[in-house]
Amino acid sequence: MDGGALLSVPDRDLSAARMKVSRAAWAAKYYRTFDHDAVLRIAEAVAKAGNEKAADYADWAVRETGYGVVEHKTIKNRLCTHDLLDYYRDLDLTAPRVDHDRKIIEIPKPAGVVFALAPVTNPVATVYYKAMLAILSRNAIVLSPHPFAKACSADAARHLAAAAEAAGAPSGLIQCVEEPSVPLVKDIMASDKINVIMATGGNAMVRAAYSSGNPALGVGSGNAVAYVDPSANVDAAAKCLVDSKSFDNAILCTNESIVLTLEENRGNVERALRTAGAHICNDADTDRLRDYLWTGKGFNTEAIGKSATWIADKAGIRVNPATRILVPVVPRPGQDDLLFQEKLCPVLTLTAAVDFQQAITFAKHCATRGAGHSAAFHGTDNARLVAYSQAMPVYRVVVNVPCSQGAAGFSTYLPPSFMIGTGYAGRSSVGENVGPQHLVHWTRIAFGRDVPADLDGIDLSGTMHTPAPAPTQPQLQPTASAPAVDKDELRQLILQELRSLRGST
Amino acid sequence: MFNYGYFSFDSKEALLEKAAEYWNPGKVSFWKDAGTPMVIDRREGYYLHDMSGKRLIDLHLNGGTYNFGHRHRELVDVLKSGLDYFDMGNHWFPSVARAAFAEKLVKTAPHMKYAVFGAGGAEAVEIAIKTARYATKRKKIISIIKGYHGHSGLSVATGDERFTKIFLADRPDEFIQVPFNDADALERELKKGDVAAFIIETIPATYGFPLPHDGYLKTCQDLCHKYGAKFISDEVQTGLMRTGVMWGWQGYGLTPDIFVCGKGLGGGIYPISACLVNEECGQWQIEDGAAHISTSGGSELGCLVGHHVIEMLQRPEVVSNIDFVANFFAQSMAEMMARHSDIFCGVRQRGVVLGLEFDHPEGAVAVSRALYENGVWAIFSSLDKRVLQFKPGVVKDVDLCQEIMDRFDAAMPRARQLLKTSRRIA
Repeated sequence: MDGGALLSVPDRDLSAARMKVSRAAWAAKYYRTFDHDAVLRIAEAVAKAGNEKAADYADWAVRETGYGVVEHKTIKNRLCTHDLLDYYRDLDLTAPRVDHDRKIIEIPKPAGVVFALAPVTNPVATVYYKAMLAILSRNAIVLSPHPFAKACSADAARHLAAAAEAAGAPSGLIQCVEEPSVPLVKDIMASDKINVIMATGGNAMVRAAYSSGNPALGVGSGNAVAYVDPSANVDAAAKCLVDSKSFDNAILCTNESIVLTLEENRGNVERALRTAGAHICNDADTDRLRDYLWTGKGFNTEAIGKSATWIADKAGIRVNPATRILVPVVPRPGQDDLLFQEKLCPVLTLTAAVDFQQAITFAKHCATRGAGHSAAFHGTDNARLVAYSQAMPVYRVVVNVPCSQGAAGFSTYLPPSFMIGTGYAGRSSVGENVGPQHLVHWTRIAFGRDVPADLDGIDLSGTMHTPAPAPTQPQLQPTASAPAVDKDELRQLILQELRSLRGST
Repeated sequence: MFNYGYFSFDSKEALLEKAAEYWNPGKVSFWKDAGTPMVIDRREGYYLHDMSGKRLIDLHLNGGTYNFGHRHRELVDVLKSGLDYFDMGNHWFPSVARAAFAEKLVKTAPHMKYAVFGAGGAEAVEIAIKTARYATKRKKIISIIKGYHGHSGLSVATGDERFTKIFLADRPDEFIQVPFNDADALERELKKGDVAAFIIETIPATYGFPLPHDGYLKTCQDLCHKYGAKFISDEVQTGLMRTGVMWGWQGYGLTPDIFVCGKGLGGGIYPISACLVNEECGQWQIEDGAAHISTSGGSELGCLVGHHVIEMLQRPEVVSNIDFVANFFAQSMAEMMARHSDIFCGVRQRGVVLGLEFDHPEGAVAVSRALYENGVWAIFSSLDKRVLQFKPGVVKDVDLCQEIMDRFDAAMPRARQLLKTSRRIA
């Protein structure tokens, strides 16, 4: 009797996921007319709940996935709570907008049901981030975590959902698939019951999202180049690079993959990096590292999100125990070295160009592997900064800051985000850091240019309301009482009122 | 041309002629006269397609048989996988499917001991009545006036005379009827000391879902026990989460000695029914396990489907959906009643069981027809034609529910017109 089931059993998880989507549609129906105060009340509650358990979930995520650093994941989780809310607090996506000059009134229409993928690299941060975006944009969300991070992700989603419901959100507003799988995700992505997909993850999954037939916001992988100009304060630049590359063991798509400088400056950069905590590899170390990181089947996944010393040990490189990142050196740019590919681990490839022109050519070439994503510029030569930004096929260039944090909005004024839009260059529909505004479309009421119109006289109060009647279910358990509370009494009251109405006509 | 491979018909009209000729002329002409001459052809989800191509949203569900909609894909998969291994089985022997399903059912009602299977609701009621008689050694069965428990020998005798007199199947000596919501009347009969059981639908469906008064059912149960009779809940239409809990009696704080379920238990794809009995009542199964037997009762395929039906109903997502559907219709029907107060005068609701009252003795017949013309199929109550049975399924989604209300609103002027005509005739 050990040979498996005698009968085939329908996919219970798929069925549950489909029902979650239906439940989300109900929640969305009630939530789409909540006013801004009610939305902020729910967002505050969720931010608070998320913040309180940011460290717990960081710990859980590292335990479950084996990727990253608890302390850094805590920061990432926190970023998606109060910081994210503060950034978008004044962006009102609930009230109609009236443009008197152009005689246009805009009424916001939330997407409805968002189906969101959360990657293994930032599991809980993505759950937090996408749930918060859904709340701020008055959408319901069904999250589908990476299978390797399903437990922490589902628990985090439940935690946020409970806080949202306690603050007045409809039941089912935030849900998470408990047993994700590729066929399940493909099925739900193709469902006509969802309104938009937020896809973060591997390229195959993002492409599948775009091929599903549903509207999708997908973002691709990165391969950020950091250019260190001779005009840079090289010590400050090196500190940024090491801080960024060691942050959460480099398990962010925004982290630098390559540091590029000019020949004349290479010695300076190496020295500064070493001072900042990097191990600069000699030729033999560089070869060992390349051999370890790339197997016959591509990038060695066991290295993802591991620390520099752990990787050095595996690769057979002797390093100082305080080493924060490994820096293999490929002296000449332009060759197809594997070390120029994306590395979600604290390994940063150093190379140097003979002049700025060659640097740009090479940077452009590398960036096509992470097209549409991010790049960094270190220096004070603004003419070169503009030339670099103009040439690079990326949609954000951060200046004199760590790219990991800068491009994701930690240490710049870019929107805090775990969806870095890779735009047309990266085969995506969105080129900026994704925010709640991407989950809302607007109905535009347009009056004729030459026709007088009194826009002030239009009552728009019916487009939203202070929520009260939305049914909430405190918990997902069978309840003993049916909703028909005092139905008879209510009915009598209604009938009385109706009779009096009838009498008056 | 409707070619089904095994048989074919030139047209819907040709089919209706054949049906009247060989099958049931009364039913054929009844629906024609009612203005709802439906011949269900394709069906999926909560949609029916008439042979004319007309699509209808099903709110009849044949009393909850299609609780999960028509041909629910997961249930179809279960039955198909079952057919690769099981058949109906042999009722004489223990079987894996029957044992597993019986356990599953009994666990939904912990004070019960055994599940006895039938193929339909009436058969389950037969078992219930026989069980009560065995346990009490008494013969009399009390039911409510306008109650309904099926059409077989004992079950039909509990019901309305419309269904008994024609077949000389009424048994006034053994089967007594008392008014609904009148515990005193019940007590007067029970006092005589010769009553085996009182059987009642938790919310009487065919009577138009009049809601039991507060405490009525509990009083009835207590009275039964006081006078040594058994309390039987008929859960054929109120079971399976339709009132928001697995069994309607759970919502009223009851512990029936016996209860019966059917219809949706087979997912609308394989007939099965069950009678659950407590330990005391179930003693006949020890004395003579073959005292009641049924070749198609508790078929293994039915047990497999039923097992899955219960499992699906217990899923948190389904429970939550039922809440949403129930709340939506409570709110929407209150609004609708305000808009159409001249004809629409009341809503009886518990969970997804609704009875809509119209201010005319045949009001629901007209509304049923008006809804039919607007793409919604809901049936009037056979025994109270003022009341439309309105029975959403447990997995209806928000868009479909909204569409139903939109169509309902659109149908009201037509219903008004039909009622005016019938008033004039009356």
